[in-house]
Amino acid sequence: MRLALEKRDSKSRKMTILVPIVSLMLSFLLGAIVLGLNRANPVQTYIAMAKGAFGSQSKIQFTLVKAIPLLLCGLAVGIAFRLKFWNIGAEGQYVSGAIGITWVMQFWTFLPNWMFLPVGIVVGVLFGAIWGGIPGVLKAQWSVDETLATLMLNYIIIGYAEYLYINAWKAPRGNMGTVRYPEFAWLPRIWGRVHAGVFFALILVVVLWFVLYKTRWGFELNMIGKNQRAARCQGVSIKKNIILAMLISGGIAGLAGAIDSAAVTHQLTKGVDAGYGFTGIIIAWMSGLNPIASIFIALLMAALETGSDALQITLKLPAAMGEVLQGLILIPLLAGTVFTEYRLRILSKHKEISA
Amino acid sequence: MPASTSFRIVLTEDNHTTGYNMQEITPDDTPVVRMVGITKRFPGVLANDNVNLTLHRGEVLALLGENGAGKSTLMNMLVGLYRPDHGEIYIKGKLAEINSPQDSMALGIGMIHQEFMLVGNMTVAENIILGMKDLPFVPPMAEIKKNITELSKRYGLQVYPDKIVHDLSVGEQQRVEILKLLYRGAEILILDEPTAVLTPGEARDLNEIIKKMLQEGKSAIFITHKMDEVMEFSHTVQVLRRGKSVNVCPTSTIDRIQDLANMMVGRDILFSLDRGPYKPTEVMLEARNLVMECIAGGGKRILDDVSFTLRGGEILGIAGVAGNGQQQLTEALTGLMLVNSGQVLIHGKDYTNKTPLQIIKGGVSHIPADRGRMGVVGDMSVGDNLSMKKYRTKELSDHSIIKRSWVRLFADRLIETFTIKTPSQDTSVKFLSGGNIQKTILAREIDSCGGILIAVYPSRGLDVGATEAVRQNLIKQRDMGNAVFLVSEELEELLMVADRVAVMFEGRIMDSMDVKDAKTEELGMLMAGVERRDI
Repeated sequence: MRLALEKRDSKSRKMTILVPIVSLMLSFLLGAIVLGLNRANPVQTYIAMAKGAFGSQSKIQFTLVKAIPLLLCGLAVGIAFRLKFWNIGAEGQYVSGAIGITWVMQFWTFLPNWMFLPVGIVVGVLFGAIWGGIPGVLKAQWSVDETLATLMLNYIIIGYAEYLYINAWKAPRGNMGTVRYPEFAWLPRIWGRVHAGVFFALILVVVLWFVLYKTRWGFELNMIGKNQRAARCQGVSIKKNIILAMLISGGIAGLAGAIDSAAVTHQLTKGVDAGYGFTGIIIAWMSGLNPIASIFIALLMAALETGSDALQITLKLPAAMGEVLQGLILIPLLAGTVFTEYRLRILSKHKEISA
Repeated sequence: MPASTSFRIVLTEDNHTTGYNMQEITPDDTPVVRMVGITKRFPGVLANDNVNLTLHRGEVLALLGENGAGKSTLMNMLVGLYRPDHGEIYIKGKLAEINSPQDSMALGIGMIHQEFMLVGNMTVAENIILGMKDLPFVPPMAEIKKNITELSKRYGLQVYPDKIVHDLSVGEQQRVEILKLLYRGAEILILDEPTAVLTPGEARDLNEIIKKMLQEGKSAIFITHKMDEVMEFSHTVQVLRRGKSVNVCPTSTIDRIQDLANMMVGRDILFSLDRGPYKPTEVMLEARNLVMECIAGGGKRILDDVSFTLRGGEILGIAGVAGNGQQQLTEALTGLMLVNSGQVLIHGKDYTNKTPLQIIKGGVSHIPADRGRMGVVGDMSVGDNLSMKKYRTKELSDHSIIKRSWVRLFADRLIETFTIKTPSQDTSVKFLSGGNIQKTILAREIDSCGGILIAVYPSRGLDVGATEAVRQNLIKQRDMGNAVFLVSEELEELLMVADRVAVMFEGRIMDSMDVKDAKTEELGMLMAGVERRDI
């Protein structure tokens, strides 16, 4: 018996929906194997994780609070990925945004009280945009590989942030972390721990969906991403759009950093590089770069994170289990996308069964 | 001047004398390949319907048919890329199970695809042995090179084993492909449109090579849709139409090329095109002393002092072997590449080194050379591809927002006007046939044309029907008073379509002339770089 892939005559809609769902189930199956190897009962573990993520109101709130920056980072990465610009620097752009808002909160004391938060968020967005714009310009002007550039810029800004909260901007008390933002400048909470950042994220989803699917610019991004040379022949400027898309991508990641700082940490300190930017890559990819689908994937990823935190307490399993599962989701998904354009045929000696 | 000018393909006696003497062939009794009752169905398409094919030792079989007739599908089953739904394949009389290219190679069958499967930055010798299974971990390169040289001498295939493949011309690369198959002991060669990329001289060489291989008892099948090649190269011709084999006969029994064409498309083909009188108007596109230098290669000129003028109501044909600067010239005209000096004037205004968008807005439409990579976005729908010029105009969008309902009406209108065959406007373009992809581009570019149409190899690789549609459309544009700049590697096409022809060689325009004064031989000499005064 042999297996063979055969090209479909059009993209399968059924598979586009089925593949992520099956991938998800497969990844839980793979996760079960990993858990089994660690002598943990997979069913028990998954139940504990579900309880940890959604078991009570406060747990749901924790999950939502994590979902906000994850969703924003997923949107940020998704914009760049539309152009096949592999921005894996959302993490750095997020940290850059956190630095931006902290700078305003700590040093722009000339501002009237009510202006701290809005100005801080705007500066955070700008910082993120700059950090995303640099690799954009490098790529557009000198064809510098964006994967390496964005990755390296992460380390630079994370290191710089560390210098700031341990050294230059350190609060007089304690051994790390900046001074807490004034309380009047915190982003208000709306339901328990859940803060107003959720509105930013949801409004952005709608705006991006509109821009990407309804406007001329969205059409241009689509053309560039799917065939850059053809887009250029049609008069679309590749350079301008790469830079623009990276400014926006970085800006959104910066917004995530600024919002999380203004609503959750209220300072710049250890743990600012929480990995939201990297998880954003998984979110963007799993959602098929669709902003609306990103909402659900971001929730799922947040649930995996809060759920696995609970594992540590209830089952004495390492919290890294959640990260293992996150990684495991991507593998069957990437492998599975082939089925949207190809079908599997099982070749036996005399008969063929198509799957 | 006559009111209607028409050109005909003239097959001179010459073409026949360079072919084989049919009497020499004495086919062996057991066919080397016998395909019986082959049926292959793809979703929605019956690609091959009960096709039989027989190939004898020492025979060249021409497989003729339009795009989508099922030629490539049939051959892909012979080399194991597809499996037939029904039917059997016998190789040298034995039932064969061909599941992969490895299986077919083991049976002595090798195929040269239209796009070469070579690794550009490796040497000829490395490419030839690449993927061979029974080699030692460290291949004995000296011995391999010796074998290659011997083999190439035997067949008159001049190839240097140490050369890097991307330094080779297309013709040389094809020789490497042939050698690759011979080195692996292929007895049956399948060539997919082998001459599409070759100069007339290289095509003649290929002819010689095939002749030598036949003498050694090898056989060949070649896929083509050029009828003069069938007459020149083959012993037997088999015609496929819509997946069915409609005719098999010895080539010598074909009297008129017209008969072949009719068999292929099932209707009479126009070999002359109706056109209005030649009434050139004002100059619309002008190039003055364009120079483009190679970025890497120390001042080597890709375009060397190129000047021409193109008027409304006129088709200027650019003849020349591919790779002599034609494509760079069109990219300079369309703003895709920058020139070092010289001027491009559109409707009298300076457009030198302007952006593609400015040039589009200046009224230039462009049918690019590589339709898959430059002409369409394969993963986007037919409707989207049709709107890729006009999406930025008021016709399809309101301020910055694209109006989907307008796009739908617009796309449906173009699909109908240009008879694009597609299941719907939502189908991804990449699922269409080559001819319909080209019609999609043609529709978009002609619809948005602001006076100047630049077409680069517009009929390359298209079947007779689609080629005719492309040419008719170009002539229609000219008759409407637009200026058409046509780059083609087929003289026959230029002589049929253009009003004036210019010949490019090594980045220069050798000469230009009115088509009615042009002689094929003279153009051929110019294409080979021989100055007019030397002729």
